[in-house]
Amino acid sequence: MALEKITQVAGRGVYVPGDDLDTDRIIPARFMKCITFDGLGEFAFYDARAFAKEAGEVHPLDDARFQGASILLSGSNFGCGSSREHAPQALYRFGIRAIVAESFAEIFFGNSITLGMPCVVAKGADIRAIAKIIESDPQATLTLDLNERKISIADTDFPVEIAPHAHEALVTGRWDAIADLLEGVDAVRTRAASLPYMAA
Amino acid sequence: MSQTLLDKVWEAHTVRKLPNGATQLLIGTHLIHEVTSPQAFGMLRDLGLKVLYPHRTFATVDHIVPTDERVEPFSDELADAMIKALRKNCADNGITFFDLSTGKQGIVHIVGPEQGITQPGTTIACGDSHTSTHGAFGAIAFGIGTSQVRDVLATQTMALHKPKVRRIEVDGKLSPGVYAKDVILHIIRKLGVNGGLGFAYEYAGSTFDAFTQEERMTVCNMSIEGGARVGYVNPDATTFEYLKGRAYSPKGAHWDAAVARWKATASDANANYDDIVRYKAGEISPTVTWGINPGQAIFIDEKVPFPNELPEKDRATAEEALAHMNLKSGAPIKGTKVDVAFLGSCTNGRLSDLQEVARHIKGRKVRNGVKAIVVPGSQGVASVAESMGLAEIFRGAGFEWRGAGCSMCLGMNPDKLVGEQLCASSSNRNFKGRQGSPTGRTVLMSPLMVAAAAVTGEIADAREVFGVN
Repeated sequence: MALEKITQVAGRGVYVPGDDLDTDRIIPARFMKCITFDGLGEFAFYDARAFAKEAGEVHPLDDARFQGASILLSGSNFGCGSSREHAPQALYRFGIRAIVAESFAEIFFGNSITLGMPCVVAKGADIRAIAKIIESDPQATLTLDLNERKISIADTDFPVEIAPHAHEALVTGRWDAIADLLEGVDAVRTRAASLPYMAA
Repeated sequence: MSQTLLDKVWEAHTVRKLPNGATQLLIGTHLIHEVTSPQAFGMLRDLGLKVLYPHRTFATVDHIVPTDERVEPFSDELADAMIKALRKNCADNGITFFDLSTGKQGIVHIVGPEQGITQPGTTIACGDSHTSTHGAFGAIAFGIGTSQVRDVLATQTMALHKPKVRRIEVDGKLSPGVYAKDVILHIIRKLGVNGGLGFAYEYAGSTFDAFTQEERMTVCNMSIEGGARVGYVNPDATTFEYLKGRAYSPKGAHWDAAVARWKATASDANANYDDIVRYKAGEISPTVTWGINPGQAIFIDEKVPFPNELPEKDRATAEEALAHMNLKSGAPIKGTKVDVAFLGSCTNGRLSDLQEVARHIKGRKVRNGVKAIVVPGSQGVASVAESMGLAEIFRGAGFEWRGAGCSMCLGMNPDKLVGEQLCASSSNRNFKGRQGSPTGRTVLMSPLMVAAAAVTGEIADAREVFGVN
């Protein structure tokens, strides 16, 4: 299974501020009553968007200026909580192709990389600076370069970090591990045979 | 020899190094449920793949099952489609399914240990972040996403990177009325909700040595709430005693051989740790959350904090939490009005949790206007509790006695908060909207504190309410 080598993601940005934005927030559990991930995109941040609407405000994901944005910016510990892949799936299906945050929860991070959706870490001050640029020019293109480890907008570069293994997986097109895992099945059988509890 | 349990289990289960540098790790035991598995089976079908070791995957249904009217078809069509999909996927692939009719159904993290499937020195994965629960047996247990469920079904392995290990020692005796739940809430409060990022937590010290297996499960369960995907306790005589005679535990001569192996998987006395932290059990009081993540917790006799007294990075979330919870900084948390009391979940839905509460609420009454429900963690827990007369005690006190499932921990079944109701909950997450109402409010606490809230109609100190001292 040859996968796309992901070295760059370019697109417009949208800033959803906040720390500890958990996976219940990203996709409330009641929308997980499904047997396919199809159609999850419209439920991304559903309650937060509905709250904003009720309060007469506009959630960034509903803001006309940011429609079509593909790079999501947020705070620290993004995606904490449940292991539900529904969360990155919902964002991906909403149109997000990369996430820039101060830090990521581990399971969310792994689930996102497996979808080929890079999650990179940037300093809070830099994220807010980028948000300010987007706010004044929503059409500005953000370019995330995984090899250069930077994100650029309006001729300004900001450094980003990505876990080395995730970087390697994305740029070599091995972000979905299934093909590599399948190649090791003979070795799996050998290893399993060495463990008494694996016996049928 | 200076290895941790994690080192040993990792080594014993390493298949090979993958081209991207990850370890292909054998996952000996795979647990599945109806929410995160159907898409994985769909992916297998799309790829033309089969389940490699069907006898090493075990299924149950927990998140979406109603806890009152359990006759199929369920009135919720989506829930009905999910249980049918799981039933078919298990039948098509030769996977054991602890279905509603078996008497063995329940929350996946309660069923695994109860059946003796969860064993020391093994690797376990499940598409649910509270899989860390199984670490209480000295297993290395990972919560995983659906693509990884696919990976485990197809290859019995996952691509993983070895975590660092932080040893968390708690020493001494807990005061009366203080429980394992308070210990883990305290740990998360101290280390933060993302303090465990990149770490496995090894819980140790005399407090853990004295804990029962069920208490250890309560702590390991919430490791993920502290950011640690994996949490474990080294296996000992308490572990072996719990496992002896269970359905899937080794039998006869195999038992002695297994115990010898299990003992050898424990961390060596001089093992190397990436970090060590220590707490004293005597310093921990009954703990409750005041916010929208499990780290926003205080002792019952403390006041709701002022955001500007917190570290700067925590202030914005604290403001948001206070607004959502409708709590006032500087006010006592004690006395906050409660609408619902929920006793259950993979954190605190086990027999010992129900026994401890039943012992204290006998002869007491749930306050008028409070909806109080008990949801046993499994059909096994329910049937033993019923035979011991616990269900009668709960009903007599005005609790609803329900069927087994995840229920109001996450409101994927009909058990949901309504509007801005505030729930005293023995569950594990107080995220906004977690219990089924977007504006619902959750206060996490130990089972006995839930009972105190049910009886008084407000957040209360169980030690005072029940005269525990």
